[in-house]
Amino acid sequence: MSDASTSMSDASTAGPMLAADGTPLKRSLRKALRREKMRALMLIAPLLFFILLTFIAPIADMLFRSVENQIVSNTLPRTVIALDDWDGQEEPGEKVYQALYFDLFVAAEAKEHTKLGTRLNYEETGISSLFRTTGRRSDDIGEAYQDVFEDVDPRFKEAGFWYDMMTAGGGEPDTALMSERLGTMNRLIADLASGDIGFAPAAEISALLPKTAEAYTDFAIFTALADGDVVAEEDPWEAVYAALGVDLANAETRDAVQVYEGPGADALRAAAAAADQLPAGGFKSAFLDVDEDWASQGVWETIKTYSASYTPGYFLNSVDLELSADGISPRDEDQQIYILLFKRTIFMSLTIMFSCILLGYPIAWLLANLPVRTSNLLLILVLLPFWTSLLVRTSAWKVLLQQQGVINDILVWSGIVDDANRLVMINNQFGTIVAMTHILLPFMILPLYSVMQTIPPSYLRAAKSLGATNWTAFWRVYFPQSVPGIGAGSILVFILSIGYYITPELVGGTTGTFISNRIAYHISSSLNWGLAAALGSILLAAVLILYWAYDKIVGIDNVKLG
Amino acid sequence: MRRMTTLLATSALAVTASATFAQEMADSMTLVSWGGAYQASQRNAYAEPYKEMHPGLEVVWDESSNEAVAKLRAMNEAGNVTWDLVDVVASDAMRLCDEGLAMEYDPDELLAPAPDGTPASEDFGDLIVSDCFIPQIVYSTTFGYRTDMVGDTPPDDICDVFDLEAYPGKRSLEKRPINNMEWALLCSGVAKEDIYDVLETEEGQNQAFAKLDTIKDQVIWWSAGADTPQLLADGEVVMGSTYNGRLFSVIEEQDQPVAMLWDAQVFDLDGWIIPAGLPADRLARVKDFVKFATDTQRLADQAAYISYGPARQSSAPLVGEHAELGIDMAPHMPTDPDNAQNTFLYNYEWWADYRDDLDAKFQAWLAKG
Repeated sequence: MSDASTSMSDASTAGPMLAADGTPLKRSLRKALRREKMRALMLIAPLLFFILLTFIAPIADMLFRSVENQIVSNTLPRTVIALDDWDGQEEPGEKVYQALYFDLFVAAEAKEHTKLGTRLNYEETGISSLFRTTGRRSDDIGEAYQDVFEDVDPRFKEAGFWYDMMTAGGGEPDTALMSERLGTMNRLIADLASGDIGFAPAAEISALLPKTAEAYTDFAIFTALADGDVVAEEDPWEAVYAALGVDLANAETRDAVQVYEGPGADALRAAAAAADQLPAGGFKSAFLDVDEDWASQGVWETIKTYSASYTPGYFLNSVDLELSADGISPRDEDQQIYILLFKRTIFMSLTIMFSCILLGYPIAWLLANLPVRTSNLLLILVLLPFWTSLLVRTSAWKVLLQQQGVINDILVWSGIVDDANRLVMINNQFGTIVAMTHILLPFMILPLYSVMQTIPPSYLRAAKSLGATNWTAFWRVYFPQSVPGIGAGSILVFILSIGYYITPELVGGTTGTFISNRIAYHISSSLNWGLAAALGSILLAAVLILYWAYDKIVGIDNVKLG
Repeated sequence: MRRMTTLLATSALAVTASATFAQEMADSMTLVSWGGAYQASQRNAYAEPYKEMHPGLEVVWDESSNEAVAKLRAMNEAGNVTWDLVDVVASDAMRLCDEGLAMEYDPDELLAPAPDGTPASEDFGDLIVSDCFIPQIVYSTTFGYRTDMVGDTPPDDICDVFDLEAYPGKRSLEKRPINNMEWALLCSGVAKEDIYDVLETEEGQNQAFAKLDTIKDQVIWWSAGADTPQLLADGEVVMGSTYNGRLFSVIEEQDQPVAMLWDAQVFDLDGWIIPAGLPADRLARVKDFVKFATDTQRLADQAAYISYGPARQSSAPLVGEHAELGIDMAPHMPTDPDNAQNTFLYNYEWWADYRDDLDAKFQAWLAKG
């Protein structure tokens, strides 16, 4: 005690305060606090980890799809590079079609081309079938080359002959080419196995026949890792022959072949001599033979516009804009729908929220103020529909509201409504609002009830004894104390209703559907998950902004669930 | 993130693989179907007889066919496909095949030949619309009408749907462009063989929307197959489109005053796909089951429970009576010559291209009230 008091009185004059063990008090306190914090963190760590893994991570992954667009550059890597030089004025040149051929061949072998077709079809109608038919015919284009070479020298038919030629009988391997092609293949096929390929292109041959070495390396990687076969025993792809044709079309290569000494040199020389028999017109005319849409400006512009790894395209689509070769422009008027749906979703959710307040407040008041026996019965009446299946409640509203339904029948029977002019109360906005107000009502009543229970009835009596009228006593004394319950109920109802889609789909007709119906459509029917993710992100942002605004205006501390 | 899911998925796969490595054929399989009467017909016609032949086999049903494409894609991304055989409509089979999610197969190797030896590829013929699709049934989307609300001249022409003067009252149509656009063009004077050429053009699409505009405020749009039968039974609509099997059940099983309007019915196909990348033992089991479930007799048996036409030519003569009602099923089949005087076949390739574009336009047209 005396020590502590001395050090305390010393502190102002000489050096920092010291703890019992001699360390400065400040540091020792901080240490103790940190230990406390760590202990608390360790306690919640399992839950935190669980939430991160099962809730935050999947949501983040889904939202990330709204900008992700690697599929184009992963599937058509060479084409995307070749298109960099394209000015977009006329049809692209032979170089682009050549790159497309080799990309598309590998993609078709891996069955990835149709995925890309589906992706690009969201932007330009017709690309889906264009990729499907071209992928199916990509063998034919290479076969034209294959036939020529096999006529020149039948050894070109042999798997082993090709293998020896491409390894130059075990010459120095070109590891750079191998690792580059392996990287490309791994980007194309997500779950490609790893392991020994059993092949490496010879540096000598990749210098002599670069395209052929590249195509054969692709073939070898795919054969070994995707099919699990032995490279030396499999017949090469048609694309390898096409690549040899491309190489031999070059006069310098033909000269170099004349002095080449490795395995298969004589066959290569014979092939070089037959270069003039190869298909004339190149890959461009071959593609146009398959489908004349390959000459379409729109197709190439779409590929070029969406070649980046990340795209704002989905977000633009979800606000009725589109990304085209000339930048951002509004979508055609007959396709604009999302802004309208966003506005409608917010408007209807607010309407539902206010209807819930109007209907729920008096019920909650009764629950809180009636004698226990009656209020328990009332509470069961509130909870019973809450426990009933959502679909059953929605269908019940159909039975009630439809034109041949219970309500219309009663109105006609009592003569209020003419039989010929039955009211239209369902398959429109009205139907959605009625059904959803009913479904979400318990979420308003329960927080209101638990807040009202904490308001002592003596306050109202005190106000009245001081001369307040019933209304003043309610409005000045009771209502302000119930506001936290209204806040909690409103947030619950609004956020739940903004994401509802089953009820609007069933009773909403055309004017009562929400943006969530479109999100559900893009997730489960059109499979346009990127657009669904963008729409979802916008909805999430809207909710967060409204939440922030609520916090600014009312204060989130004023929200109470009980 | 993706690496993490892959890691988790591979370890999960490794565990299941090592657990089931011992047997040749898995002793349980998960079949995915549509639920309701259709799933019941499959259960009665193929799953139960197969189970009797293989005691100890556990068959699990999952009623997810409606979202099969999305769910299978998600399972595939997570690397854990729990389904063994999935019942889908042909257009979904095509998309699953495009996405590499369904297994390509050789019909003559996988499927049983007809009793007279005709190979399966010929017996099913053109109905194998995709390399992954194993056809089961032909169904159609067509109209039913209230016999007590159409006066003395019941509708017998598809264009009666668009005729508000002769047949006043609400109609129910599906909330998507497919079929509706074709019917609208057909009734605005386009010849049947030109429909898709016309529908490819902006003017053609506008023409179809203009025709639909004439009845727009009298249409209730449905999205679940059960909607039209309910609307017809309640007298909410005078006529409506739905699957022919649903109408059969309203007319024959529930005895409602409803009749069929077969004109311009649109044929569609439903069948199985095998998910890609199944482990060997599960694949062996599924192949064995599919061979049994799609043979001539089994497909004919299914017609005793539901009014959908078997996809095999050789099954047609074997179609008998309804299992409970005892009525002859042949006249209720969409493929019956009397019913199939004027038909469409869903154009899969065309809709695969135009579906996204036209759906955007269709939904915008709907939303603008």
